[in-house]
Amino acid sequence: MPAEYSVSVDHHSPASQGLTNGKAPASELAAAVRARELAAAVRSGELSALEATQRSLNEIAARDDDIRAFILSLTSEALSAAAEIDSKIAAGQDPGPLAGVPVAVKDNMCTQGIPTTCCSRILEGWRPPYEATVVSKLRQAGAVIVGKTNLDEFAMGSSTENSAFGATRNPRDLTRVPGGSSGGSAAAVAAGFVPLSLGSDTGGSIRQPAALCGVVGVKPTYGLVSRYGLIAFASSLDQIGPFAETVEDAALLLEVIAGHDPRDSTSIPQPAPSLLQSVKAGAGAAGVAGMRVGVVREFKDGVASDVASCVDAAAQALASGGAEVDEVSVPDVRFGLSAYYLIATAEASSNLARYDGVRYGLRLDASNAVEMNTATRTQGFGDEVKRRIMLGTFALSAGYYDAYYGKAQKVRTLIIEDFTRAYQKFDVLLAPTSPTTAFPLGSRLDNPLEMYLSDVCTIPSSLAGHPAMSVPFGVGADNLPVGVQIMAPALGEAEMFQVGAYLEKAMGQTRQAQQEPTSKAQTPG
Amino acid sequence: MPSDPPPDKITTEQVAHVAHLARLEVTPQEQEMFAEQLSDVLAYGREMNALDLDDVSPTSHPLPLSNVLREDVVGEVSNREEVLAEAPEAESDKFCVPPVLEAN
Repeated sequence: MPAEYSVSVDHHSPASQGLTNGKAPASELAAAVRARELAAAVRSGELSALEATQRSLNEIAARDDDIRAFILSLTSEALSAAAEIDSKIAAGQDPGPLAGVPVAVKDNMCTQGIPTTCCSRILEGWRPPYEATVVSKLRQAGAVIVGKTNLDEFAMGSSTENSAFGATRNPRDLTRVPGGSSGGSAAAVAAGFVPLSLGSDTGGSIRQPAALCGVVGVKPTYGLVSRYGLIAFASSLDQIGPFAETVEDAALLLEVIAGHDPRDSTSIPQPAPSLLQSVKAGAGAAGVAGMRVGVVREFKDGVASDVASCVDAAAQALASGGAEVDEVSVPDVRFGLSAYYLIATAEASSNLARYDGVRYGLRLDASNAVEMNTATRTQGFGDEVKRRIMLGTFALSAGYYDAYYGKAQKVRTLIIEDFTRAYQKFDVLLAPTSPTTAFPLGSRLDNPLEMYLSDVCTIPSSLAGHPAMSVPFGVGADNLPVGVQIMAPALGEAEMFQVGAYLEKAMGQTRQAQQEPTSKAQTPG
Repeated sequence: MPSDPPPDKITTEQVAHVAHLARLEVTPQEQEMFAEQLSDVLAYGREMNALDLDDVSPTSHPLPLSNVLREDVVGEVSNREEVLAEAPEAESDKFCVPPVLEAN
């Protein structure tokens, strides 16, 4: 491998160069501290929430100019929230399971009184008069929101390049995309700015950037996490989920944000699941012994060979841990991408009709209402959003409804039936998360279809409403991280996290190995 | 029910029509660009035509949802002043827009 590539994997090097006080790079401290350990230290009084928050804010200030994970830092809000947690602890009150943990939130989730933009000009200047349920839950759990992260405008994209604020870069290699649409939240964790962040996933927008940035990303079962206050893209698909450096931290955050919310009519009326015990089981003596794992045959072809060999290695690791691993065919997933881009755009064209310059955000002056609506939307939306609104409007329009939207809905049924058959034989399914590792910035912007193909492996679970997670497993060409995807049936989070925790453990010191520039390992040994 | 055969390509005229429906203005150059890009995406989707879907029922939603009714009780509601403060233009507790109907 050419020497020029070796620098790209050490994502802490920009920080080390930026720090001049001779101390160990603070990023190493930040990255070393997991959310669970950090919350424990804050709860015991070993570390103040204020110190933990300041450390995170310092990291962002020192290094985010290069990465641009954040579009808004909430310095004063974060510091006062942290001070409140410290006074709670001093008063002997329970500060919550995420006490003092700095968290980043994707900027399509409403923060009351704090700008929420969806990275679109059309929401310029808007301060939501209400707060997303997940944000309230974070605060109640003692988490400190340090900033809002970048995304593809209205979460439409797979690279975080379609943002009115400019592109986010992959912390592992600044010449590459972080994936998308939750690229800012993935990069914030990968860079060591925060141990946890929230993203949203419509067709892969948590899992794909998690894979490309080398972190853990989870799309829960549709309805497990409230979407109240999540700005809608495609309502039958959108779901909020966690990013974390470890499977355990992802479980911790998902336990906090899951659960029934009367304000979201699609919220499942059940209490939040207990996932930390599944993580313990997977990483402990139980492991994956006796679990049935199906490797999806349809995703063996058409993915890059470095990605495929990491998936093979993960399957082997599971087999040597006592799982029954076999290949399974889920034939109709091949049609997932086609169905998705009709369903998601149809729903988006309807959801985005509300941005008309009347009640919030941008307005351009015009002599009558329709001209005002048109001028505002034309100026306010970027090209990708316009493309999807038009595709969705077309798919729903008279004469074409049956040929496009109606057909896509039927294909969605076929995919769900395929999965149902597969899950009669298997507890979880294994697949690549993304067909390739992180691609160069700008390389797919002129070809929307090629960009859409980034989501081919993640879309099927989205269409079915099933949970799926991406766990880093090895590195591919140029030492870029590879994620393997674990898919499970509806509400199968426990088994999914068990397998995820096992794979993480099987990788051993995964992250250290990936960050070691001299490492020659292509796949885990 | 028979349906129109899916077209091979989206024309610039169709782009202009759909843009109008969606209240978007597209320049002639943008019409060309979007016509080509949207045609590519729809062409990719044509592989679904090979499937026999006659006896398949459509899925509109992944959960078996029924209507959800809540108790009719007074709860927290949005503050009118705060909501109107976000509007580009408001007057007397109402949102204001340019004329909807032309004068005379």
